[in-house]
Amino acid sequence: MGLISVYALPAILIVFIGLGLIKGVKIFDSFLEGAFDGLKTLLKIAPSIIGLITAVEMFKASGALDLLTYALSPMARLVHMPPEVIPMALLRPISGGGSIALLDRMLATYGAESKIGLICSVMCGSTETTFYTITVYYGACGVVKTRHTVIAALMADAAAALFSTLIVNIFTSF
Amino acid sequence: MLNYIWAGLILISLIFGIVNGRIDEVTNALYSGANNAVNACITLAGVMSVWGGFIKIAENSGATAIIGRMLSPLIRLLFPTLKKGGKAANAISMNMAANMLGLGNAATPLGIEAMKQLQAENPDKTVASDNMVTFVVLNTASIQIIPTTISALRSRYGASNPMDILPLILITSLLALAVGLTVNFLFILGTKGARVWSRKTKLERVVI
Repeated sequence: MGLISVYALPAILIVFIGLGLIKGVKIFDSFLEGAFDGLKTLLKIAPSIIGLITAVEMFKASGALDLLTYALSPMARLVHMPPEVIPMALLRPISGGGSIALLDRMLATYGAESKIGLICSVMCGSTETTFYTITVYYGACGVVKTRHTVIAALMADAAAALFSTLIVNIFTSF
Repeated sequence: MLNYIWAGLILISLIFGIVNGRIDEVTNALYSGANNAVNACITLAGVMSVWGGFIKIAENSGATAIIGRMLSPLIRLLFPTLKKGGKAANAISMNMAANMLGLGNAATPLGIEAMKQLQAENPDKTVASDNMVTFVVLNTASIQIIPTTISALRSRYGASNPMDILPLILITSLLALAVGLTVNFLFILGTKGARVWSRKTKLERVVI
């Protein structure tokens, strides 16, 4: 398992660059173009990350986050989830920038190698921002009745929350 | 929705801070939070720009198209009524390839293109077709090979190997997707069953 994670990125990069060389692509020019796109994307989401990290910090400082965590902890204990993770499970389907902001704060508070940090990271990486995706995709083609999309997508989000806890619990017990 | 959540977070923090006697901490958090946020953005800037560059190389060298072609049997399985090798199938496979490589800004336009193609085959333009729902569910569960943003944040907070959770993320997202698709196909089967049933009763009515 460790082997995959160490060699996945290098292997992918070798394939990309090798293929580019074979096909005679202007590699560095392509890189610059994409790097600029990456920065543009960041610039687009930066205001929302700044606004949301600030709001989360204020929410934490006021003691409201502790109360919310406390109120929901019986539910979390039922599935062996650390209660601190609950805010992430709630925010993930709603806001991409918000969950990045929250992940940043969680890792700062509990550490990247902690169980809470690991569960939050896995949860964050294993689903998309459900409501944003649904709005953009259906909005683009004018569909009004989305049938069972929301329920199926939210079931997947709930499953991601449960499985990330379960898998990290198994992983850290070795 | 985010409008209410954001406003709620700020208002609750302020009111809670006053009631709790922690308003000093809350106003301090306004400054330290903004400061932390900018630092987080700087961390992300490096990774997003470098990975964006590599993805562009992949796109221009045809690697994305190859991954897309590799996905086509899977797409035939998930979208059985889709025309093979048609515009919609092509857009869906490219969207999935872009999603797997982890850059949303390439995946979203491709996904919108796929939705428009699916809409062209959709008999009722206001109601989502089976294929459309399947496609959106597929997109709300993200299957990523390299979770770039998350590894960047983990390395910022001292993870010795920020990529070591990659298999965990892959397993979790595949399981979550399986749940989403199962619910989706159960609903599709359910509506089909209902349609068959209502057709039967109509037929019976004719007989009577």
